[in-house]
Amino acid sequence: MRNRPYALYTAMAFGYAFLYFPILSLIVYSFNESRLVTVWAGFSTKWYGELFQNEALLDAAQKSFIVATVAATFAVTLGTLAGLALSRLGRFRGRTLLSIMTSAPLVMPEVMLGLSSLLLFVSMQQLIGWPDGRGMTTITIAHITLCTSYVTIIVQSRLAQLDDSLEEAAMDLGARPWKVFFLVTLPIIAPALIAGWLLAFTLSLDDLIIASFVSGPNSTTLPIEVYSKVRLGLTPEVNALATLIIVFVTAVITVVGWMLHRSRVAAS
Amino acid sequence: MQTFSWTQLWFDVFRRMFAWLGSWRREIHHQRGRAIVVGVPLVWLAVFFLLPLLILLKISFAEASYEQPPFSALVSWGEDQILSLRFNLANYATLIADCSDPASSLYCYAYVNSLKTAAISTVLALLVGYPIAYGIARASSKWRLPLLLLVVLPFWTSSLLRTYAWIGILKGNGVLNNTLMALGLIQEPLEILHTDIAVYIGIVYAYLPFMVLPLVANLVKLDPLLLEAAADLGCRPMAAFFRVTLPLSMPGVIAGSMLVFIPAVGEFVIPELLGGPDSLMIGRVLWSEFFTNTDWPLASAIAVALLMLIVVPTLIFEYVQAKNSPEPRR
Repeated sequence: MRNRPYALYTAMAFGYAFLYFPILSLIVYSFNESRLVTVWAGFSTKWYGELFQNEALLDAAQKSFIVATVAATFAVTLGTLAGLALSRLGRFRGRTLLSIMTSAPLVMPEVMLGLSSLLLFVSMQQLIGWPDGRGMTTITIAHITLCTSYVTIIVQSRLAQLDDSLEEAAMDLGARPWKVFFLVTLPIIAPALIAGWLLAFTLSLDDLIIASFVSGPNSTTLPIEVYSKVRLGLTPEVNALATLIIVFVTAVITVVGWMLHRSRVAAS
Repeated sequence: MQTFSWTQLWFDVFRRMFAWLGSWRREIHHQRGRAIVVGVPLVWLAVFFLLPLLILLKISFAEASYEQPPFSALVSWGEDQILSLRFNLANYATLIADCSDPASSLYCYAYVNSLKTAAISTVLALLVGYPIAYGIARASSKWRLPLLLLVVLPFWTSSLLRTYAWIGILKGNGVLNNTLMALGLIQEPLEILHTDIAVYIGIVYAYLPFMVLPLVANLVKLDPLLLEAAADLGCRPMAAFFRVTLPLSMPGVIAGSMLVFIPAVGEFVIPELLGGPDSLMIGRVLWSEFFTNTDWPLASAIAVALLMLIVVPTLIFEYVQAKNSPEPRR
């Protein structure tokens, strides 16, 4: 393309505007004085003040963070094992089953995952008395199951890019398989594990549907609380919350991205 | 000649089962490390993913009841000590009967509407996403990564809040209408919120990264020499795009479209928040059947039918992928 493709630039500009306009409008109207979210009435930070007074929302945020942290950690462990099995162990019994079970949750509607998890928990309670009712534990278990699939895909694709000559060299030099994993494989795939953990954390923090099915009376997570507010209409507090989340996420992604970039530059 | 005997059959079944378990045991004994690596995720997913789906299937054959939990048992001991197994097909009969009468149908309408909404949204996402992906793939390597990150970044913030943002933009006295009226382009506010258009916008917005990423992955592999050759042979840029670039990027188009279409079919939050009363989608129907009507068995039957709806296009997708997978060298 020697002459500048203005049509392409216009279409791209439209695309990026489409992506960022809603986010900008969320942020702008979080500083609006008026309770009517879309009518501008002067700059104010009072909704942030109200946000930090809202006990229910803060409590839900705390619960969500706990669930997301635990779920992401377990999902990274399970997903690493599954990714390792699928890309390094060659043929084994149950390979097809494992590969189907790790990819199916990715294409399955969340309403189905939520409903089926709930039915499992109810049946288990009837049969063995555990879990006793539904709450944070059941939400965490359901989230681990969902997030494991995403982590597996990330770890598997990272391992597929690496050739296994380093691992084979370590093995030839007499390292036992577990030692090879902790001293060679793990440091190489660490960036993928960090990315996987962050993705799992975000998925868990964001999930409304599965959590709605498997939550109990005392386990209102942040999305459930936000949804119940949003259904009633626009509230500037939600805009303030969204702005904080956007700032937080952007900061984390930037820092982690920069660190990964630096370690890659240092390695090469 | 051998005669058939049940004893023989059972003996055979058990023998094989024990042989199978034995080989598992040997494998676990010899390679404990391997067994852990494979076994832990396998068992977790079997218990918390596969088993729930089987229970879902089972309960779709149960009857709704006022017990706690609200469904009847499939297997029960009768008063005469006879084990009885009751398959109740009424839930599926309800779904099929509903479909035979298009005028008053609820579930069928919701299924068809889900497919329609997902299809239209996918086409729109392709129209918005293709130029972005093309631009990223053509950009210099310095710009490629930042542009790509800008597409992915919104995906990391809450999808619920991103959907919520559109309410503020699209509603009667929202940002869009206020702007257009201030500019004098329209006199009356446009009614977009609570219509299908709002649902399309919401879905395109939520799933755009899924369309762009596979397209970029495909388009960066395109050899610019092909376009130069086309230009040397007198092909105008537009024609070269439609005759060279677009056909070669079809695997990316299909992959991106499936990644948008499949989750969009079962979408709940977007039609619930942005759609109107007639933007019924199957996820919404399942939700209300479960939470409002507490009819767990019927909700399960809807879920099983939804699974069929998702599985068929997924299998087609897998087939196409497998056919294209050893990619022809350029």
